[in-house]
Amino acid sequence: MSEPRTQPSGLTKWVVTLPPTAFLLTFFLATALIVVVAGFRETGEFGGLAPIDSLAALTLDAYHFLGGDVIYLEIFARSFLVAALTTLICIVLAYPLAWLIARSPKRRRDFLVLLVILPFASNFLVRIYAWIMLLGPVNLLYTPFAVVVGMVYAHLPFMVLPLYTNLEKHDPALLEAAQDLGANGWTRFWRVTFPLSLPGIFSGSALVFIPVLGMFAVPELLGGTGDILIGNLIKEQFLENRDWPLGSALSIMLTVCVLALAGLTAWASKRGLHGTEAVT
Amino acid sequence: MALLEIRKVTRRFGALEAVKDVSISIEQGEFFTLLGPSGCGKTTILRMIAGFDEPDEGEILLDGKSLAGVPPEKRPLHTVFQSYALFPHMTVAGNIAFPLEMAGKSALEIRRRVAETLALVHLEDKADSFPHELSGGQKQRVALARGLVNKPRLLLLDEPLGALDAKLRVEMQIELIALQREVDITFIFVTHSQQEALALSHRIAVIKDGRVEQCDEPDQLYTQPANRFVADFIGKINMLEVEVTSSSKVLLGLRAEGLGDIAATDPRPIAVGERGAFALRPELIRVFGHRESADLKNRFEGVVRELLYLGDVTLYKVELANGRVIEALMPNAAPGRAKFHEVGDVVTVCWRHDAGVYLRN
Repeated sequence: MSEPRTQPSGLTKWVVTLPPTAFLLTFFLATALIVVVAGFRETGEFGGLAPIDSLAALTLDAYHFLGGDVIYLEIFARSFLVAALTTLICIVLAYPLAWLIARSPKRRRDFLVLLVILPFASNFLVRIYAWIMLLGPVNLLYTPFAVVVGMVYAHLPFMVLPLYTNLEKHDPALLEAAQDLGANGWTRFWRVTFPLSLPGIFSGSALVFIPVLGMFAVPELLGGTGDILIGNLIKEQFLENRDWPLGSALSIMLTVCVLALAGLTAWASKRGLHGTEAVT
Repeated sequence: MALLEIRKVTRRFGALEAVKDVSISIEQGEFFTLLGPSGCGKTTILRMIAGFDEPDEGEILLDGKSLAGVPPEKRPLHTVFQSYALFPHMTVAGNIAFPLEMAGKSALEIRRRVAETLALVHLEDKADSFPHELSGGQKQRVALARGLVNKPRLLLLDEPLGALDAKLRVEMQIELIALQREVDITFIFVTHSQQEALALSHRIAVIKDGRVEQCDEPDQLYTQPANRFVADFIGKINMLEVEVTSSSKVLLGLRAEGLGDIAATDPRPIAVGERGAFALRPELIRVFGHRESADLKNRFEGVVRELLYLGDVTLYKVELANGRVIEALMPNAAPGRAKFHEVGDVVTVCWRHDAGVYLRN
């Protein structure tokens, strides 16, 4: 069978996709590879990386060091806990908001979405400093609570937007059908709206969970000494301790954990979300 | 007692009266159709029965009890939506099980009833499919099965065949009739297709601008339309402007300007001099060659302006002496090659004196 005429020819496809592909290969893959290699090297005399002269210069020292101290495991666990908690709170806060926007008259929706993303118009650090002003007088500054509040605040829009995009597409006839067939409001939500919004929840969660894991500004500004997360740890290795191999090893471990989690989610959603793609 | 009684129901949306003083009563086991052009208020009536809308005036009674204030989920009636509204994240079996689960049936009973209903709509092999894997006709059947499975007092169908192509629609009409007879559940069917309404219904309410124009059995609607709108909306009809010249017990004398006298029947007492319309179905008109004999009272000369050979029938458009063009449908049932009158032929059109209907203005 011949291809439909609207398919671009092979050459056009290449011309169009080459620049972004080249960009990604150069600046994402290459930098990632540098980090991977750096994780297997030693620190130089004045920090950074030691000059590399042979393959024998590669070492597992950084990973041995990480494995040797339980504090790193604790920080990883705490980071995942904070990320999970932030994601959960974001879901709970964003869902009614996204639902409200999706149910608003069409003309008002764009305005409400604009309000959700309006905070991005001012600098991120300035907004986090504003939280210092808010939390300081009530003695909540430099606590785990402050860290989670800051994280939720910074990432809420990333949950609202995908959820709204999903909820907006729901066919209102489905809810009427459910009601007609005997479902009350609560049942309609749990049996129809919620399962159909799972793809939105998943993409929102990815957009919140992963950045929170790597975030260092919020714990640094709002958290106490005991509240450091992986992001702080990595930043510390590169900027203060100048132990690049250790920082790289931490980065790689974080990436592996996130990828494993993403894979698990993808697998679970493939099994559990059958049919919802028809809506989203 | 009627199963469902709509009593003097009016529904307004702002300044617009979508439904005006509608009264209909529907009996147990009926296949009842609300027929009308789009925007006539038929869907509003259906939504008020389902409970998604409430009347501003009047009331709706089910088994003699008012439904006012009863939310849709508490009404013992289900709807088949025009878009089907199947739950995309549930399998066919899951969709059909939904109303049973809502009614709190046991798992065992749900399994049995779902299987029975799947068999009823011939979809046994599709139980584990998802809606997006089904064809239009199959989705239609799932929607029907989901509406029927919990044996509602009433099944409301909102233009359920509208999304199907013509051939499938005719097949589904036949299935729908058989299905309704088999399950013995009262159907209220909404459609804008007069053909669908005539084919399916026990009774039809013709609705225009929120009012019931006529409520009757299909053949009565077709042969005895109550007014011009019903006559025109259902099937094809020729309409001649006439004046009443005489009125005895059943015989009615009419005169059409520029044409002459028409003999008709009407049992109603009608004043001489009244103006109205004489409505005549194309298939009740005979077309003969100019000098052929025809033993019928109403005979008029005309010229064939167009003819359409449709296989089983031929449609003639004949211009009469007063310039009016009327349509006549002649069956091609005679053995051998059908004999045609050609364009330009002078012909005689005739009809029995009881063939048409006089419609008062």
